[in-house]
Parts: sequence; structure tokens; C-alpha cells
Amino acid sequence: MTALPQTTEKKLGLVIDLDICVGCHACVVNCKEWNTSNYGAPLSDIDPYGAEPMGTFLNRVHSYEVKSEGCNAQTVHFPKSCLHCDDAPCVTVCPTGASYKRAEDGIVLVNEDNCIGCGLCAWACPYGARELDQMEGVMKKCTLCVDRIYNENIPEIDRLPACVRTCPAGARHFGDFADPDSNVSRLSAERGGMELMPEQGTKPVNRYLPPRPKSDVTAENKIDLLAPYLAPMDEADSAKGFLGWLDKALEKI
Amino acid sequence: MPPYDQPALDTSPEVSDEIRKTTCYMCACRCGINVHMKNGKVKYIEGNRDHPVNRGVLCAKGSAGIMQHYAPSRLKAPMKRVGERGSGEFEEISWDEALDIAVSWLKPLREQSPEKMAFFTGRDQSQSMTGWWAQAYGTPNHAAHGGFCSVNMAAAGIYTMGGSFWEFGAPDWERTRLFMLFGVAEDHDSNPIKIGLSKLKETGAKIIGVNPIRSGYNAIADEWVGITPGTDGLFVLALIHELLKAGKVDLDYLIRYTNAPFLVIEDANSPENGLFLRDENDKPLVLDRATGKPVAFDTPGIKPDLAGSYRHGGATHRPVFQLLAEKYLSDEHTPEAVAEQCGVPAEQIRRIAAELAHVAFEEEIVIERPWTDWKGEKHERMIGRPVSFHAMRGISAHSNGFQTCRALHILQILLGSVEVPGGFRFKPPYPKPATAHPKPHAGYAPGQPLDGPHLGYPQGPEDLLLDENGNAKRIDKAFTWETPLSAHGLMHMVISNAHAGTPYKIDTLFMYMANMSWNSSMNTSKVIEMLKDKDENGEYVIPRIIYSDAYSSEMVAFADLILPDTTYLERHDCISMFDRPICEAEAMADSIRWPVVEPDRDVRPFQSVLIDIGYRLGLPGMVNEDGSPTFKDYADYIQMHERRPGVGPLAGFRGPDGKGEGRGEPNPNQIEAYKANGSFWIGHIPEEAQFFKPWNAAYQDWAVARGLYDKPQPYVFQLYVEPMQKFRLAAEGHGDHQPPEHLREQVRSTMDPLPIWWPPVEETIVDTKEFPYHALTQRPMAMYHSWGTQNAWLRQIHGANPLFVSGEICDEHGFTDGDWARVSSAHGSITVPVSRMDALNGKTMWTWNAIGKRSGAWALKEDASEATRGFLLNHIIHELLPPKGDGMRWTNSDPITGQAAWFDLRVKIENVGKKPDGISLPHTPPETSPVGVGPDTLEYGKDFS
Repeated sequence: MTALPQTTEKKLGLVIDLDICVGCHACVVNCKEWNTSNYGAPLSDIDPYGAEPMGTFLNRVHSYEVKSEGCNAQTVHFPKSCLHCDDAPCVTVCPTGASYKRAEDGIVLVNEDNCIGCGLCAWACPYGARELDQMEGVMKKCTLCVDRIYNENIPEIDRLPACVRTCPAGARHFGDFADPDSNVSRLSAERGGMELMPEQGTKPVNRYLPPRPKSDVTAENKIDLLAPYLAPMDEADSAKGFLGWLDKALEKI
Repeated sequence: MPPYDQPALDTSPEVSDEIRKTTCYMCACRCGINVHMKNGKVKYIEGNRDHPVNRGVLCAKGSAGIMQHYAPSRLKAPMKRVGERGSGEFEEISWDEALDIAVSWLKPLREQSPEKMAFFTGRDQSQSMTGWWAQAYGTPNHAAHGGFCSVNMAAAGIYTMGGSFWEFGAPDWERTRLFMLFGVAEDHDSNPIKIGLSKLKETGAKIIGVNPIRSGYNAIADEWVGITPGTDGLFVLALIHELLKAGKVDLDYLIRYTNAPFLVIEDANSPENGLFLRDENDKPLVLDRATGKPVAFDTPGIKPDLAGSYRHGGATHRPVFQLLAEKYLSDEHTPEAVAEQCGVPAEQIRRIAAELAHVAFEEEIVIERPWTDWKGEKHERMIGRPVSFHAMRGISAHSNGFQTCRALHILQILLGSVEVPGGFRFKPPYPKPATAHPKPHAGYAPGQPLDGPHLGYPQGPEDLLLDENGNAKRIDKAFTWETPLSAHGLMHMVISNAHAGTPYKIDTLFMYMANMSWNSSMNTSKVIEMLKDKDENGEYVIPRIIYSDAYSSEMVAFADLILPDTTYLERHDCISMFDRPICEAEAMADSIRWPVVEPDRDVRPFQSVLIDIGYRLGLPGMVNEDGSPTFKDYADYIQMHERRPGVGPLAGFRGPDGKGEGRGEPNPNQIEAYKANGSFWIGHIPEEAQFFKPWNAAYQDWAVARGLYDKPQPYVFQLYVEPMQKFRLAAEGHGDHQPPEHLREQVRSTMDPLPIWWPPVEETIVDTKEFPYHALTQRPMAMYHSWGTQNAWLRQIHGANPLFVSGEICDEHGFTDGDWARVSSAHGSITVPVSRMDALNGKTMWTWNAIGKRSGAWALKEDASEATRGFLLNHIIHELLPPKGDGMRWTNSDPITGQAAWFDLRVKIENVGKKPDGISLPHTPPETSPVGVGPDTLEYGKDFS
């Protein structure tokens, strides 16, 4: 077992907006690209050109269909990476102290020098957010790009996790949840940011913004609020019908 | 228990040695990228924040560029075929030998019959250069891939309003309040649409997605219209019906900026029936409400009438708008009449029409910005209608696609929402009407250049490319009565026509970056046979094939000579104003690529090779008087070529001081200037010129000053396309240019100058009871065409393509997890894995495009998922329609433009249960990989740590 810090000064994490995520995988690949040549061991790919390629990714997008009574089926794209939990079971389960949560910002990291690749943390994580790299034999996980967000070799505007920096739809936001006035705290408050599986008691830091309701018309859902607006032009007004209306309308121009 | 103990961490590691800024080519989007270099290798690619296209973001494809650049499938050296075609057996040769072979084939051909060389390019971003080369060579047989992509969209837009979506224009994302997206679930264009959708979510604008498939962009739309494939035109015309019925159209806009008031000759017996009534200067006439008299449409100070009519020469002539209203107010266009066919409830159609009207007219935008129109009238403000649209292949790749795209443009125009605040706006060099484009040319002679540009916009039957016997002049039969307005050519017909020897045989087929033996052709298995077919003398029916590609694509194995191209990070390119550049609605912009990495193989950039071959052939414009080459390479051409005096491929940094915008002498330091500026140039349009561009005097003057054109060319939108009526008159027997009898009815019925809808042609021939379902493809956001499928990272996202089958069909046929299906069209069958999807039109199934691969291609292992489970729908789509019993075989294309009707496909499905071998059918036998096979493992980035 490894201890968690009593408190963390900041709670850095992500807000992921499921109302705007189009499922494009930009975050997935840019994350792979950054992290394979930065913090720790590379993210390897086994059989990359063969039958069942299997690589290490720190972030993946899953797509689900949502079906409910009276509505058309919907597609929801769901990006998933480490949620940097306050009560991170992946840390407390670690037998070597390799898994740890940073006191200053709450980022959960793996110190690869101490990782023995036992995989206990991956078993402990209820979100499936850790992947054991098959070639390096060490546990890999989202670092919140700890090597970008403070990096003085990177322009200040770009000191963001790679996934946030690259997201074309603006569906990912990075900030400090310990600060109630931060962008992420406000977004989460305004839009009903959700914890993932709160019943697990892990106190995840990341929040998901739920998709807004859809206004599809289905057999059960026949909203017609604007129908009066599209009433036919008043033909009674003119014996000439459409041309009469047209003539009058042109006079007004 | 280890105590809480935190290791020291370097949070400011060096990222890279250098950042090189260039342009992405992982799809057609052309985003700006920062390529981070470390130890001479590419370490990381990110979006360029300053770039107008992507503003810093980058999609999955762009981020996977490293895997593309270092892919094991890269060709390594020129090759000549040593085995049979299709075997993949090649011998590497030197460039000298390769160029000697190419010249030994092309030179005598040019001197005897240049038309026997057919030069077609695929996803070519250098079309203004490859077209120029083909013109100099003198063959009439040149085009790029538009004919099998989206020519319906492009041509309908240009004929109607001087531009279309995507590269031609974009919604005013900042101001629009209601956005409708048609026929695009995932792709074109990539990052700008995602950035735009994000903006709409931020401003609270409503998004309506019209698509049979609710994935990607449609998944986040506020409202989904799960329309039945091929019925978009019907749906749009019903919206128009509702708007007209309620009088919710922008009459002021229509009389000012469109041909709505043009008087149409209505005299059934006249050879000019349906043409515009014109004055002695050939100007169309409108009725002036003030005087009731007909006057030239562009007379300043008049108030054109829409409601009146004009009695002249024994006939009554009415304005276009009355013909339009009469047509679309008819009962066949009511929501009730189309609801079932469209698969969209009538009340939803009606409500969407109401929302369009409400937003356009009740949420009007006013920008207090004075401007002056083309007639000199001053306007105090700019009035906007904040509804906008975007559409792509989903609606255009049907045999009714041209008229459907026209209908959509007409809807936009009736709402007064084009080139106004909040609406859809053009990007320079658009707006540019059909009349400002060239006409097509095919005048060839031995040893001579062609008599003009290959492609263009016919204005009447006299512009068709037919010989004195009425035969097609082009191998693809573009610009014939069969497909009169085939503005992008018909690349998808080239191989089958060349194989059949109609209209004539060709000798050498020269192609670039087009996977025509695989995912870019219909009827793939048969096309492979055609490429391999031999005549009675044992010679190939298509005698010679030269192919250039950077990768070992499926097409490589069928070529005789391979000219290996570089990757996109190893080459110069220009995204030129002559093509469709990277402009914004408020700016003119173009960009370059440059070799941020030097090739480590014996490969050369294709365009430089083309210039070299041109020099060796002595082509005009490529050899100096002293016999020396005019251009050293493509980079030299990009900087020094002038199309007109002072106007060249790149618009920025022209002239000796590098300050010229659009115009200026060639600047030998131009590419360096682009590099220093992030590989792009941008020139902003002044505020008063940013809207109403076709009619805005300030815009017209600004565009002329920058060489977009040489004199102001204001024009009005063509609700009614008069050139189409000219074709129809010919079909009715008028004029010297007459269609052959068997095409008379087709031309008469399809070339309606006001959009009409007809059912997708395939379903009028096949028994729709036997083939009750629709089958489609779409491109995933993380994969594009065939370029990326072998990419080690992206294939972990899209390495196989199940057939997604609607819940309704699954229930009917008892499909459960792991079942396979035999899907049959009138043409053939495939056996493929099934995946259930409920967020899908009930009568539809679909799969990802171009994921299926031939075993042995792309340096994949033989058992790669793309080559086992993966499949192409192409096998069951024929380039010809099933026989109709008239003794003819009609092409599976739009009868107006020839666009490949990929999405007309009708199928039936059978549940074949489990398939233990896991191999989809048909299974093409493996080829020998000319580049070997990729490695067993990858640890990219290990070198950098």
C-alpha cells in the first residue's frame, strides 16, 4: 500500500463536454504522439501492421448508443482517461510506492523507476484508465501532461495537456478544481458537471458535461411550437392568391 | 507500507531542437502544422495557432502524421514491373532509367496521337500545375478525382451562385443562429467544421443534422433528421414549398441579387422558349415596377417586378420567380406528399421550415457598416439572415445529386442567407460564376499543346466535346450528351472505357495518387480484371500504365512503371489561388509545403518529376529558347511561373520587395518568405467588402487589385440556370447541336433549369421489393480515403469495418452479435461481419469507406484485419447500371454531371450466421509486397528519451 497526500494544494483535472465531443479521436492520437516521446517509457505498439495491433494509449474514445422510450437512438462519444481521483485506489494499492499523487496539484503519476509492472493498480482502477505497456513492462497512464503544463520551453498559451490543446471541437478544458472561480469549476457548475461512477468512492477530479436534450421529432414527440408562424399567407386578403400577396409584399419594399 | 514520498520531477524538459512550420496533408483540409524536430527526426506534430484553417487544433489524422511519414509502406525507389500485372513483382531501377522509359513512351505518343495518353490525378492538391502540364502535353484526357467525389456539389454551386460549400465558402459561424448540415457525418471539412460546431454550441445556435446515420457531427446535433438516402432533394423542395406558401422569402434580396425578376420567354413553339427575354445588347430584361416596362436587369435605379407579366410577340412572359413559385407550390411538394418517401414526418418538415423562417426573418442581424453595390447604390447597413447550411457527398453522390444540390442552394437564396451576416459566405477566389470559368477544351493535334484548359463550365450544347461524328473526344466521355455538365471529368470511367476501347483505345495511362484498382473504383474486382486483361496477342489491353504514389497502395501492383513520390513532409507544394486555396470569408490566403525532412530513400516529389519529364519532352513553357530547363524543380515553378503577367501560383510576398499581394513580379525569395510566416500568407478583406461580395463594389475592386480577376465581375445568382434550358431545347429538336435519339428524353427530362427531383436511378431499374435496403459508406474522422489505413496508430482505431445494420433490419433478419451477412445488389454479393446500430435510418446499412485492403498492400501483414474481415462495398457497386432492356448500358452516374452515384446502391441482406474463418468475401488473392512488411513492434519515441 502507498499513502496518498493528506490534501493537495490544487486539483488539476479536465472537464470533458459530451455535448460537443464528436468522437474524432484527435485527443487520443495527439496524446499518444506527445507521450510516446516524453514522460517515461514510450507507448509501444505490438504487431502494429498485423492482425491484432495492440498499443498503449493513455486516452481512448468509446462510442455508445443511447436508446430510450419515445426518442430516436442517439450516439454518445465518451473519451476516457485517468480521472486523477482524490481517493485514488490505484495509488493505495501500489506495493512499491511507484504510483503516487502529487501534493502540489493532485496529478496521479507512476514513477516508472519503481514500477514492477505487477498490474495491481490497473485492477484497482474502476475506470480501466491504466494500461501496462507490453514492451516496457511498466504501467502507463495519463499524466495530465505534467511535462507540458509547467514547461518553460513551451509558450505559456500552450502549457496545456496535449489532448486539450489539440481538441478541434473545444470539448476538453483543463484547470484547477480547487479554485471555485476557475474555468473548469465554473463550467462544471453551470452545466451540471458529473462525476464518473461516484458510487465507487474514488472522488474523481475530472468532470463530464452531459449532452443537452435533443429536439428530435418522433411519433411521441411532436413539438410544433412554431407552426403558427408558417401559416399560409392570407389569400382571403386578395382575390389573386399568391400573385396578389406578392404584389402587396413588393409594394412594401 | 511505502510512506507518501514524491520523486523529484523535471517539469520543463526540452521539447525539441527546432520547430518547422508547414502544411498538413493527412487529408484535404490543409491545416497548418508545427513539426517539432529532434536529432533530425520528427518528434511531435501539433496544430499551428496562427493558421487560418485550424487555428492551433489538429485532428487524429494530423497527429498521426509521424506514423505516415515513417510508414514501412513508403516506396523506396523507382520500379519497373517484372511479374504479371497485379502480382506486385517489381525490380528497383535508377531514376535515369525510369525517366528514360517514361520519355520513350510519352514522346512518340505526343508526336503521333497525344490523345492516347490519359493523365489522371487523384487527391491532387496541385491541379493547376498538373492541368497546365497536361495541356502542354496536348492530351484532352486529363482530370482529377472530382467526378467520383463531389462534382455535383461543386458544379451545382457554381452554376447557381458562383461557389459551393467547403473550399468555396463557409457559414458565418460567429453569427449564425440555425445551422443545417446535410450529408456529412464525419469528414469534409475536418477541423473547420469541428471548430465551427464548437462555436455554435458556445453561442447557443441550433444545429440540425440531416443524415441517415447519426454518428459524428450528427451525434451532437440538436436535432437529427434520419432521412432516407437519395431523398434530400425532395425534403429540401418541401421546405421551399412551405416557405413560399407562407410568403417567407426575402423578396428584396431576390430582386436585387438574383435572376428572380428575369423575364422568361414562354412560347412553346419558339426555339427560344424558356430562355431569357433579352434586349439588343443581349442583356436579360426585367419589368420595372415604376414604369411597367421591360428594361435591362442591371439598369440603375429600377425596381424589378416579380408579380407582373409582359405580353410580347404574341406570348406572355413571366419572371423566373413566378415559374419557381408555381413549380414548388404544387401539391407534389407538400410535406405530406414526401414524408413517407423521405422517411421524415411531415410535421418535422413543417417545423424545420418554420424555424428557418423564424430565424431568418425574426432574428435578422444588422451590422451598421455602410457599403456600395455594383450599381452604385449606397447601403447604410448590412442586413443578415442568420441561417446557414453545409453539405457534402452524402447528398451529391447520387444520380439526382446535381439537382438536389441546386435545390439546397435555392433554399439558401430564397431565405436571403448567402453572403450576408449570419449566413453562408464565399471564400476568395470565390464568388466566381460559371461564366467566369473557362469552357472545356479538347482540341488536340500531334505534337501540339491542347487548345485550352481541359475542364470548365459549358454554357450550351455548342460547348460539348464531341467530334464531327458525335463521338466523345475524351476517354471518360465527359462533356457529352450523356453527362453534359461534367465539370470535373469522370475519372471513375477511365479504366473501363480504356479497356473497352470506347470512344477509342489509349496507349498509356498515367496516374497520380489515385487508388483506382481498389477503393476509388466501383466494381473493384472487375476493374482488377480489366487492368490485367490481355488481347489475342498476349499484350495488355491497356498497354502501359505509369503510376506515382508515395506508398505501396493497391494500385502500385497494376502499374508497369512506378515513380515513387515523397511523403508530405519531404516536399514542396503550393495550395494555390489557382485551385481552391485556404481562404477565409474575410481573407485571401494560400500556403506551401516545404521539405522539413529530407527523403532518406531514392524518391522524388512527383511535381518535380513531372517538370523534369516535361523538359525532356520539350513541352512548351518548360524549355527555354537555349534548350535549358525553364524550371529547376517544382519549388522553382511555384515561385517563378506566371499564369498571367504578375500573377503566379502563390499570391503572397510577390514582387522584388516581397510586399505584393496577389499581383507582382515573381519573387525568388517567395518560398523563404512563406516559411518565415508559418508557410502561409493571408491578406484580409476590408470590412466594407466582407459581405455581399458578388455585388459589393469594394470587394470587386479589392479582388481585381489582387489579381483574383482582371476586371470587376458582378453577377446575379441563377435561380434559373438558362444554359440548362439550352440543352433542353436541343433535346426538343431546336438548334444545330442535337443529342442522339437514345439520349433525347434523358436530356429533356433532367436538364430542368429549375431543380427537380427524381428517384435515384438504380431503384427505378432494380426490383425494390427484392432489394429493399440502402447501403452507404462514410469516412471516419480519424481516417481519410486510402492514405491513412496502414497508419500504425490510426489502424488501431479503424482497423476493421463492420457493416452497421439498422436495428429494424437486424430484428427482421434475426442478426445477433457475431453474425455475418451476405449483402447483394443487382450486381454482386459480399459476405461481411455485422454490427447492430439503432441511431440509423431503418432501411439503411453502412460501413466505413476504404478500410478494406488487399493482402500484401500497404506493407501490412497478410493476415491484417483490413485484409481479412475488412471489406469494400465497391464490389457490389457497378459503374454501369443493370440493363434496362433497351439494349443500352447506362452509367451509374448523375445524368447531368457524371458524378459517380455511389450512394444510389440498393441491396438485400441474408443472415449467414457465424463465419469461423473470419474472412470477408470476395477475398482478393495476396500480392507480393514490393516494400516488404512492417515491423513486429514499434516503440516510437524511444530514441528521444
